[in-house]
Amino acid sequence: MGCVEEMNYEILLRDASFKESRAYIKEHFPEYIDVQPGFKVFDIHVIGIPPIAIGLDHDFVIFPYTKPCHGTFLLRVEDTEEAARLRATKSGKSAK
Amino acid sequence: MPDDTPVQPATALLVLGCPQVPVQTSIALYLISRLKKAGLVPVVAGNKAANTLLVIADPDRHYLGEVMDLDRAVALISEKKRDFDRCFVFIHNDAGISYAATMGVISKAKLFTLVYGEHSDDLVQQIEFPCTTIAAKAVHNPLPLKKALDEVKPWAV
Repeated sequence: MGCVEEMNYEILLRDASFKESRAYIKEHFPEYIDVQPGFKVFDIHVIGIPPIAIGLDHDFVIFPYTKPCHGTFLLRVEDTEEAARLRATKSGKSAK
Repeated sequence: MPDDTPVQPATALLVLGCPQVPVQTSIALYLISRLKKAGLVPVVAGNKAANTLLVIADPDRHYLGEVMDLDRAVALISEKKRDFDRCFVFIHNDAGISYAATMGVISKAKLFTLVYGEHSDDLVQQIEFPCTTIAAKAVHNPLPLKKALDEVKPWAV
């Protein structure tokens, strides 16, 4: 998970609970996918209670990033390739 | 023909939380000691502060064996490069619940959750995945959590 610091990210939520993070994605982003813990987003294995929602907004990827001392951050990162890769994994049941 | 393959000892991963609650370091060393006496090989995974507290407390490594970065442990297990027989997740906040749920999905280990701190009762209510929960409202005094551990004896399961 070492590359977050090198990303150009925007923090949408900080020190949130996992449930707050998931609710925020479902409320604010009509397009999202559900993944299992350990699923890789960028070089990060996401942490959380399954299913974990990953939001998609055009070329932006919105995902939870959990640290032991700071709870869950909800990060928004622009990356055309990663957004396309994640869209390709859609099961169809969770995303509009 | 006899099988000469050496039997590998069982392994246990201790997933540490934020070390802001004092009992964590004490209980981690106690649990490591009990696991080693029972013949298991304990491995610790935590963030830098949690790991350093243990390493400084045990400079001659009487108790500690392998210590690794928590993110690296999650990556290795997620990528099926490594796994453990038992996994103990230390929980005193929401992040701890998230890490425990993650271990329950990515690892085949028998999962134990050690829940402590001011909000231990609320946190126990949030655990809705299969595991054995060991809980006590312990913040500074590790004895209530030690007592709960001794009743379950997870090293002997």
